[in-house]
Amino acid sequence: MVLSVDKVEFSYGKANILKDINFKVKKGDFVSILGVNGSGKSTLMKCINRILKFKEGMIFVEERDVREMKEIEIARKMGYVPQRSETGFITVFDAVLLGRKPYIKWDVSSKDIELTEEILKVMNLDEYALRYINELSGGELQKVVIARALVQQPRILLLDEPTSDLDLKNQLEVMKLIKEVSCAQNIASIVVMHDINLALRYSDKFIVLKDGQVFTSGGREVITPELIKEAYGVDVHIKNFEGVPLVIPKSQ
Amino acid sequence: MSFKDETVSGYRSYLRNKLYIGAVLVVALTVTIIFSIKVGAANLSVYEILNGLVNSQAAGASIIWNIRIPRILAAIIAGCCMGIEGCIMQNVLRNPLASPYTMGISQGAAFGAAFAIIVLGAGALNSTQADAVIVNNPYLTVFAAFLGAMIGVSIILLIARVRSVTPEAMILAGVAMSAMFTAGTMFLQYFASDTQVAATVFWTFGDVGRAVWSDVWIMFILLIPALAYFMYHAWDYNSLEIGEETAKGLGVNTDRIRLYGMLISSFTSAVTVAFLGVIGFVGLIAPHIMRRIIGTDHRFLIPTSAILGALILLVSDTVARAILAPIVLPVGIITSFLGAPLFFYIIIKMGR
Repeated sequence: MVLSVDKVEFSYGKANILKDINFKVKKGDFVSILGVNGSGKSTLMKCINRILKFKEGMIFVEERDVREMKEIEIARKMGYVPQRSETGFITVFDAVLLGRKPYIKWDVSSKDIELTEEILKVMNLDEYALRYINELSGGELQKVVIARALVQQPRILLLDEPTSDLDLKNQLEVMKLIKEVSCAQNIASIVVMHDINLALRYSDKFIVLKDGQVFTSGGREVITPELIKEAYGVDVHIKNFEGVPLVIPKSQ
Repeated sequence: MSFKDETVSGYRSYLRNKLYIGAVLVVALTVTIIFSIKVGAANLSVYEILNGLVNSQAAGASIIWNIRIPRILAAIIAGCCMGIEGCIMQNVLRNPLASPYTMGISQGAAFGAAFAIIVLGAGALNSTQADAVIVNNPYLTVFAAFLGAMIGVSIILLIARVRSVTPEAMILAGVAMSAMFTAGTMFLQYFASDTQVAATVFWTFGDVGRAVWSDVWIMFILLIPALAYFMYHAWDYNSLEIGEETAKGLGVNTDRIRLYGMLISSFTSAVTVAFLGVIGFVGLIAPHIMRRIIGTDHRFLIPTSAILGALILLVSDTVARAILAPIVLPVGIITSFLGAPLFFYIIIKMGR
């Protein structure tokens, strides 16, 4: 197990956001976290890499308790892409190179430069290398941010709504890329998704949150019209189309 | 050459360009230093300057070594400090307006100085033209100014530490602290004698001419470790630049970086303001100008902001000595006069 989450609870003051969260993730898994807004998806992501300090429960990364790991050790195990990324007056190369931060002491090494160059090439970003990131389109920026998380050489990739600002082509491209990378490098990807169809197309595991609890989890088979009704409050049909289940909301 | 190498070599030449910009700044500073040694009441020729620099028995040596060099070094070192402080504060507080002035450090120092002069009786009037007011007990005043500067910012940092407030709230607290110190200074002045009020007002006119060799050394000895600390954390500041959560995800302890960044930059700022008085705008504009020229990579931004800060302060001081010669204006007046229009220009030109 690369990640195991055991009875994790989290609250902001008195508001209980996460209750009794349990699940396990294997190497190479592509896990989608589903649920309505406010169900605790983003909070769960931040608890996993200790950006938020959970009080109860335990999280193990490759058998190590995250509470006993330094920030920099966690950053070497987990790459995190938050929902919103700020841009700035830095080049694409520098923005991706920043992913080597957990390994940098005084300055970057030639290995850091090589890895950055390699990932830029893999993601077809090399021609943008010296463009400033505030001049990029949403899709390009999202790829840069994912490239940064990958150059961290993590065991686990945590992506919070990576496709929400993207057009159809970029959505498919980014998801395909994440899937390929997780397979090729044996990285576990945990992705918060709003688009259930996109999740069904690329993910092999699903964790559905409701009111801060794991409502259900498992493979594609757990995504049923009943589940969607319970978790999202929406009546849907689920049709099989070219081997992929397709969730279609019923007309009112 | 393969395609692979092109990306890296392109990046390396992009970095080299930043070094060239740094080199241009160093050359500009060197030229200004030479020019600045020449400017002053005693009209020294280039030969006399060169001779005075190497030969302590020469005619101009005393003027050069006791008056002009300490003044120039004070301007360079204080300018470096201001450039760095502004650079770090703007980064860690995620606010383009952050500077020692906005955090209430200058106002705290002014209050401390006023307290020393008025309540502790450290000031009096002097009739020489060069410096109309002399502070009887400069050590007491410097110490009180330093304390005043540190008290305000310490309270803000303590609140930030205990209640883990946002950077925005820290800026607001700084503005509130400035207002409180200004009110405190006015309160003291209201009950003070004319000469004491004059002394406190003169104290606030920042002037690098106040510095003697020992002050220069103290500022220098503080600057070096502060600069080393900031350079070591350049990548942490780069991470903060692209957002708090991303930085945390990269293993940066953002609260700690923010706290130490503020603490160290406030400390060096408190020292320079205590020695030299209030010199505005340098800390604000130097990092802004550099950010627009070379971007937000702190490996380059920190040192070039320092050099540009030194250049701005030294040019301003040279202008202050030359413009109404033989009257020497306090440099604080010039920096604000030069700084504000320059700032407008940048904002209009760059529009960002």
